[in-house]
Amino acid sequence: MDGQAIYCLMCYPDGGVVDDILVYRFGPEDFFLVVNAANTDKDYNWLTQNNIDGVEISNISKDLAQLALQGPLAEKILQVLTETDLKSLKFFHILCDVKVAGSKCMVSRTGYTGEDGFEIYTNPNNASALWDALLEAGKPYGVVPAGLGARDTLRMEACLPLYGHELSPDITPIEAGLGKFVKFEKPDFIGRVALAAELSKGPARKLAGFEMKERGIPRACYPVESGGREIGFVTSGGYSPTLKKNIGLALIEAGCAEQGSKIDVVIRGKRLTAVIVRIPFYKKHYK
Amino acid sequence: MNIPADLKYSREHEWVRFEGAEASIGITDYAQHALGDIVFVELPEVGEEVSAGEAFAVVESVKAASDVYSPVSGKITKVNERLFTSPELVNSDPYGSWFVIVLMSDPGELDTLLSAEEYDKFCEEE
Repeated sequence: MDGQAIYCLMCYPDGGVVDDILVYRFGPEDFFLVVNAANTDKDYNWLTQNNIDGVEISNISKDLAQLALQGPLAEKILQVLTETDLKSLKFFHILCDVKVAGSKCMVSRTGYTGEDGFEIYTNPNNASALWDALLEAGKPYGVVPAGLGARDTLRMEACLPLYGHELSPDITPIEAGLGKFVKFEKPDFIGRVALAAELSKGPARKLAGFEMKERGIPRACYPVESGGREIGFVTSGGYSPTLKKNIGLALIEAGCAEQGSKIDVVIRGKRLTAVIVRIPFYKKHYK
Repeated sequence: MNIPADLKYSREHEWVRFEGAEASIGITDYAQHALGDIVFVELPEVGEEVSAGEAFAVVESVKAASDVYSPVSGKITKVNERLFTSPELVNSDPYGSWFVIVLMSDPGELDTLLSAEEYDKFCEEE
């Protein structure tokens, strides 16, 4: 549908992940890709190398800035700055011509926090004024600027994968628990053969969520052991302010990933007990 | 920024409060502010020996884990277990939240540390 977005995994032939991206459909032949900023050049090169006849690809990253307004009050705050009715904008949809605080913007109901919210695209020249307008309009509602650390905590609690952590050229979507985003009923795509084979025999590794039982904060790349044997590594970890617990995600041998299983996280040379729990750690209903 | 006049400071942003050969050690207001919300403190065991300049503890903020270096050498006689359950005290009361008490083997090392005035200047240049 025009104005709708889907979450996509762009894969290598072996099933490893080039990037995880959002694809918006503006028209039957007009698509807008939102990639991880750090992967822009890699993605652009990959797409160009694998392009098919009749498709034009351009990198417009430098012409667009994105601001994200996230949280349960996001609609109320953004509505102050626009005449467009935001109630009608549903989760994973975009409106392409919205005036926000006088600037022409695209507004999507998406985000990377596990909460309701919006991502606002505009000309970089308007971004600073828009930022100020959002903070001003949000003041009565308690809006605050949030940096990468805050966002990383939120996305981790919601178990949204982060490229370079839960996804990489060495980790497939099946291993990362994102199999539902791989559509085998669709026509051919890069990585199909490898991913289908992996799915049918079951992945050797699985992404599992865990909670520390002993005092310690798990961090990315810490080894994970079971019975003294290394079974994988932490992909993301930290303190969860929502749960008031130390939590993490780990890519481990599939046989060790069952809920309730005990694992050891090796933190600065010490083995500390953790237990596999159900994920996401925190779940919010989207609009 | 709060820099009490009666303490000594390291260039790694630890403070030392001393009486005779006993020194209590913590991290400064500047350090806690730079780290952000502190969510975890790892301390050594009582009886362990530390050397000046050596990492003896770890503080973790939401974002990262950072080493804490001992400004003096000696033997650890006490650790502040309150920080295990309430690490946020390091943010709210950095100079009351001592990490460890060390029986100094060489109190002369205190002379290599910065005074409050010197530390203030050091932070401005950081």
